[in-house]
Amino acid sequence: MTQRRGASEDSPAEPLDLFDAGDARSARYVLPLDRYTRAEHERLPDAFPGSAPGCALAISDLNFYAREILEGAFTPMWVRGEVSDFKAHRNGHWYFCLRDATSSIKCVVWSRDRTRIVAAPDDGMQVVARGRLTVYPARGEMQLVITALDAVGDGLHRKALDLARELLAAEGLLDPARKRRLPRLPRCVAVVTSASGAAFHDIVSVIRRRCASVSVVLVPAKVQGEGAPAEIVGAIARVVRWGGADVLIVGRGGGAREDLWAFNDPRVARALAHAPMPTISAVGHEVDVTLCDLVADVRAATPSAAAECAVPSLADERAMLAAFALTMRKRLTRRVDSARDRAEYSAQRLHRGVRALTERRRARAELMAARLHALSPLATLARGFAVARDDDGRALTRASDFPAGLPFALTLRDGTIRARADGDGRA
Amino acid sequence: MSERTYEQELARLEQIVTDLERNDLELDRALALFEEGVARLRGASAALERAEAQVKLLTETGDGRFIVSDHGD
Repeated sequence: MTQRRGASEDSPAEPLDLFDAGDARSARYVLPLDRYTRAEHERLPDAFPGSAPGCALAISDLNFYAREILEGAFTPMWVRGEVSDFKAHRNGHWYFCLRDATSSIKCVVWSRDRTRIVAAPDDGMQVVARGRLTVYPARGEMQLVITALDAVGDGLHRKALDLARELLAAEGLLDPARKRRLPRLPRCVAVVTSASGAAFHDIVSVIRRRCASVSVVLVPAKVQGEGAPAEIVGAIARVVRWGGADVLIVGRGGGAREDLWAFNDPRVARALAHAPMPTISAVGHEVDVTLCDLVADVRAATPSAAAECAVPSLADERAMLAAFALTMRKRLTRRVDSARDRAEYSAQRLHRGVRALTERRRARAELMAARLHALSPLATLARGFAVARDDDGRALTRASDFPAGLPFALTLRDGTIRARADGDGRA
Repeated sequence: MSERTYEQELARLEQIVTDLERNDLELDRALALFEEGVARLRGASAALERAEAQVKLLTETGDGRFIVSDHGD
């Protein structure tokens, strides 16, 4: 080639002119000078490498130089395109192409960089990726070594979340029957969150305002960025081993989706789900539901809301106890009143009963008296008859009972007189 | 943990209040329930009115001991 390529001064392709023999000796070639010089010395001191058959470049050298130049010319950058031919290789690396309507480039994600990507992209997914342009020397193929990747929109996060949710569901951790009730009045609330964030401060101020007798224990953990999931898991495990808390709040203040990502880590969700005490998730984000929200016994929208759930309001509880006291007193009073009423009623009934009985008895006594009276000889005497008895008291009821001269007693209605028979027994 | 939690006291109180409303309740029994209710109220109130607690920081030493220290907040 004799024509200068990349004539424009700002063209990133300019270093490619390296192999343009016409400019080979010009002072414009500064990249990568030392390698160049070495190559010249090693091979053919007087000739520019590749400028003549005698100093032809080995392909490995060519690819090596090309890679050096490409890597030097491009800083890591974000690119966008559609994923195709995605393959997760057994060695842990991901291989795929990024393409648009007319072009494509091979891409690789090394396994060590995969942890920073929330989920494997699917073919057809529109993504933005941050990568370093390089050459795969074995094939002379240009490729992007990608270290960060996200779907355009939230596709990838949704996918990661769906996968993790399926995982947890399969473990039975999303079963609504697992949800436990919070204690009405905890003694100690443990809070796993950042020591520096506003979340802990918010929780403490709400608890102090509502019910200051509840103690709050901070178990600090990094809640965003690399290593955050492991720290949160560690902090939850610490609370569990300690065993002094009867409620556990795990959370952080609001943030962007990436900042909340630790709370979507299945390891964190699992640790929270297996905590022996009731749990509250407090990840400050109204829109997204995190995995921690799903497995916690109670989901609160913010740390302050979590604190409101965790402890009762002292004033409310006092009012409730007072209401209990009042109700109890009222019901006892009513009970005592009803007992008295009943006693009075019983007394009245008894009284009535006795009176009725008395009257019945009196009536009966009168009846008896009347009957007795009717049967009594006195009654007969009252009608004008008299009873005659001899001195022995025997009733003299026949005329023959009266021999002449017999003394006898004659009983009349109002007394007895002495008498003597003066005939011979015949009237 | 106290022997009876606040929650248990409340649950018993609810039961007592319900029982007190029963018409067939013996008066002696009602009085006994009321007395117990007063004791339960006292217990619940004591749990509620415990002294103000401190804000603490939980740390674990290398040998697995736990230190709960005051946390200035």
